[in-house]
Amino acid sequence: MLECGKGRVVGVNGNMLTVEFDTKVTQNEVAYAVAGDVRLKSEVIRVRGNRADLQVFESTASLKVGDPVEFTGDLLSVDLGPGLLTKVYDGLQNPLNELAEQTGFFLKRGVYLPALDTAAKWDFTPIAKIGDKLKAGDKIGSVPEGIFKHYIMLPFSFHGEWEIVSVNQPGAYAVNDVIATVKSTSGEMKNLTMVQKWPVKIPIKCYKEKILPEKTLITQQRIIDTLFPVAVGGTFCTPGPFGAGKTVLQHALSKFAEADIVIIAACGERAGEVVEILREFPHLEDPKTGKSLMERSIIICNTSSMPVAAREASVYTAVTLAEYYRQMGLNCLLLADSTSRWAQALREMSGRLEEIPGEEAFPAYLESLIAGFYERAGLVKLFDGASGSITIGGSVSPAGGNFEEPVTQATLKVVGAFLGLSRERSDARRFPAIHPLDSWSHYKSVVSDDKLRKARQTLKRGTEVNQMMKVIGEEGTNIDDFQIYLKSEFLDYVYLQQNTFDRVDGATSEERQRYVFDKVLKVIDTKFSFEDKDKARRFFLELRQNFTEWNYMEFQGEKFKKQEAAIEAKIKERSTNA
Amino acid sequence: MRKVYHRIIQIAGNVITVEAENVGYNELAEVKSSRGVSLAQVIRLQDNKVFLQVFAGSRGISTGDEVRFLQQPMKVSASENLLGRIFTGAGVPRDGRAPLQDDMIDIGGPSVNPAKRIIPKKMIRTGIPMIDVFNTLVESQKIPVFSIAGEPYNKLLARIAMQAEVDVIILGGMGLKYDDYLFFKNTLDEQGALSRSVMFIHTASDPVVECLLVPDMALAVAESFALKKKRVLVLLTDMTNFADAMKEIAITMEQIPSNRGYPGDLYSQLASRYEKAVDFDEAGSITILATTTMPGDDVTHPIPDNTGYITEGQFYLRGGRIEPFGSLSRLKQQVNGHTRSDHRAIMDTMIRLFADYRETLEKQSMGFQMSTWDSKLLKYGALFESRMMDLSVNIPLEEALDLGWKTLAECFDKTETGIKSDLVEQFWPIK
Ligand SMILES: Nc1ncnc2c1ncn2[C@@H]1O[C@H](COP(=O)(O)OP(=O)(O)OP(=O)(O)O)[C@@H](O)[C@H]1O
Ligand SMILES: [Mg+2]
Repeated sequence: MLECGKGRVVGVNGNMLTVEFDTKVTQNEVAYAVAGDVRLKSEVIRVRGNRADLQVFESTASLKVGDPVEFTGDLLSVDLGPGLLTKVYDGLQNPLNELAEQTGFFLKRGVYLPALDTAAKWDFTPIAKIGDKLKAGDKIGSVPEGIFKHYIMLPFSFHGEWEIVSVNQPGAYAVNDVIATVKSTSGEMKNLTMVQKWPVKIPIKCYKEKILPEKTLITQQRIIDTLFPVAVGGTFCTPGPFGAGKTVLQHALSKFAEADIVIIAACGERAGEVVEILREFPHLEDPKTGKSLMERSIIICNTSSMPVAAREASVYTAVTLAEYYRQMGLNCLLLADSTSRWAQALREMSGRLEEIPGEEAFPAYLESLIAGFYERAGLVKLFDGASGSITIGGSVSPAGGNFEEPVTQATLKVVGAFLGLSRERSDARRFPAIHPLDSWSHYKSVVSDDKLRKARQTLKRGTEVNQMMKVIGEEGTNIDDFQIYLKSEFLDYVYLQQNTFDRVDGATSEERQRYVFDKVLKVIDTKFSFEDKDKARRFFLELRQNFTEWNYMEFQGEKFKKQEAAIEAKIKERSTNA
Repeated sequence: MRKVYHRIIQIAGNVITVEAENVGYNELAEVKSSRGVSLAQVIRLQDNKVFLQVFAGSRGISTGDEVRFLQQPMKVSASENLLGRIFTGAGVPRDGRAPLQDDMIDIGGPSVNPAKRIIPKKMIRTGIPMIDVFNTLVESQKIPVFSIAGEPYNKLLARIAMQAEVDVIILGGMGLKYDDYLFFKNTLDEQGALSRSVMFIHTASDPVVECLLVPDMALAVAESFALKKKRVLVLLTDMTNFADAMKEIAITMEQIPSNRGYPGDLYSQLASRYEKAVDFDEAGSITILATTTMPGDDVTHPIPDNTGYITEGQFYLRGGRIEPFGSLSRLKQQVNGHTRSDHRAIMDTMIRLFADYRETLEKQSMGFQMSTWDSKLLKYGALFESRMMDLSVNIPLEEALDLGWKTLAECFDKTETGIKSDLVEQFWPIK
């Protein structure tokens, strides 16, 4: 074993320690500061001379100058192995349910538990045979983890080729049991268990190549899939002022998006919001598998009152777990709420380090860290020909709701879709409050470009007419323009807006989106005739009512068809089309 | 024997620096000066230098004064005898009665494990339609009143506290005007609620550092009651003073400000207080109702802005009324589906129409011709303002919903409301 360094505390400033060390330290290695009988996990973040600055992942209360510090030589890492799914972790991969059993209502500093259940047995089936030569990421065997086949792979940290010397028979093993022995070309022997460690701040890159994301990730949110789609393996951000609906939107995505694995990083936001997921998911059924939604989810929960440094780590923990499952050929969706809180954690630490601040006191390296994080998304071709993906969606909470701020701007530079939430729309209760004119996406929609163009055109013209009306009044607006305005409002109300909390309207399948969108376009294409504006307004009000009710009906059910006929009849009432 | 230090090497703002050994971070000390004895707390350690924030302020402290470390963090009594008592931010009795020493607990304790929280589901009735109907208050919610100085926010807080069915009321006053302090005290007294209340009061004339302690004292006590299965309501007024006190310390400590002079950890600092609101699995709850006065009536100012990102909604108090726009209870959907079947529909419809009314008002002010629809809206808006928004209205939720239907029926026909037909059939008033 490596001789690990020792040191002693010489300064405490909030969650930053200055430590004088004896021999050597490594940047980003984990160390423990010892305060009486508790050991506080920390990470080296700067070294100068014989002093290192450490961020502590816990409260530093009662630490004294002179207290001992033990360095570990290991970078901040997570455990990867079967049993991650359904778990609820803090930012450092401590299992919160298990912690609650031990420490009760409150989190207790210095208590760290194994991330994976060490007692549980997994049904192991070998894939590799004795004599096989494996590279990092190659499959040794598999275990069933809920609905997935969880592959046990040669650890990603192994360099070169390793030969299987022995591998276990099929059977039930615990995560820490040895399941295989491998030998390197130089003759070094290693025992392997079902768990491997990986440092969170380094991307896992055991794949052949990254490929361009092209397939639409179906989220079942109409305004997203149709207007501002997200791709499988793509990235998107949802900036918005407080209360605009970022979290509600992320929750909807975590329930309805068609991904294999969903990882939710509740990063510096409200604990209550995570509780909703914790308490609801086990009872919600994933329509695709018939199992509870929890079986495809991992929750990383480092809420706003939990230690700030662990918040900084939490997004990396989350993305590392996603990368692990991507290696198995699965499609992962990572939702981070909110990346601004992560950036603020960086800012707090940068301030304590007395670094030269950039804009709004964020550190100068903010932009490259944000880019580095989103870069870990992507669709990849694995060495065995399969593909896997990580889609990352981050919410951004700009100060004052103003997008001209460092975190939003840095994020916009790197993501493939921008779903901007607007105060104006959320105040008007037009949910999801994604702005239909300001947002953009580089990915492919579920409807054709032609149709999309038409819808966009209508929205744009409608807004122009509305603006004009504010200046010259309704009476000065001609009825054709007025009709365009009503049509754009109609499109907004019945298609872009969606009731997240309704069982049917909350999730619109790809097929239904195409079907309903065509119907909406039919209304837009129809030329109606009205005697006056009040009649026109009245007509669209009624049509909107019919349509909204339609949205609440089971697709292609009895009621749905009846309502559709009523809508058709309504359109005919005023149509001048032949 | 505790060692006494006499070497104060720096005095800046309310922070003094001494050279001392074996001192724990966040530990308390006593500073004895010609002005008397004040508590102080360690806020930074650097080699042999200890930085202390002096609760009573540094005025009158001399370099030769005594500093004695107490080897423990700030504590507050959590005994039942607290009820009916009034303290300063530093926990010293303000009511002339004896200090409490039993059952001492740390303030600013660790975060609740999210796994031990439950989804809040109990409505708190206030009798105020703008809250009960449109932005229902929920047990364990954390919600501020946003307003400008001069609005009757303390009256509103007191009124909700008196009307709410809770076991314990804890008032944390920060930079409170003396009159407001007396107002709270008298109101609690008159309504017979003093015996189930505890007050931590920092008035505008008290040392600023004590202001910083108020939320932690109030919330530590709240937590101890909640763990004893009590439903606790905490009133914090005014959190803007708390944030400003934090700014003052940060500047003294030469921290780099992030936004308009406020420290970069303003969000985390506010959040660690507000997040004490909780509904415990198998114990009581803490509801936090705060006030945040907005400097310059600007909601994008760092204090209301950061607060909005933390709390579960906000009530805008403007012109003595709760504004329908901008006000939001984020927990309302946890409860308003279980009150009466028409609750959500009335809420959505009335607000939507009120938004249309505001637009019509704008058009009217620009001299545009009013359509039939506009006239309907104008009538509706006026009724809405007097029946729903006026803070003197005090009626139960059900009555408010009935009044909602009545108002709609007086102004519109059924289709114009856009309410689902089955609800209309059930609730539309028959003339
Ligand atoms: N799709 C929706 N349908 C109905 N109501 C919604 C929807 N989205 C948001 N809301 C309303 O807006 C409130 C705030 O939404 P949410 O919590 O998602 O905001 P946020 O943008 O995450 O805010 P913050 O930045 O403060 O966390 C919700 O509590 C709900 O009342
Ligand atoms: Mg949110």
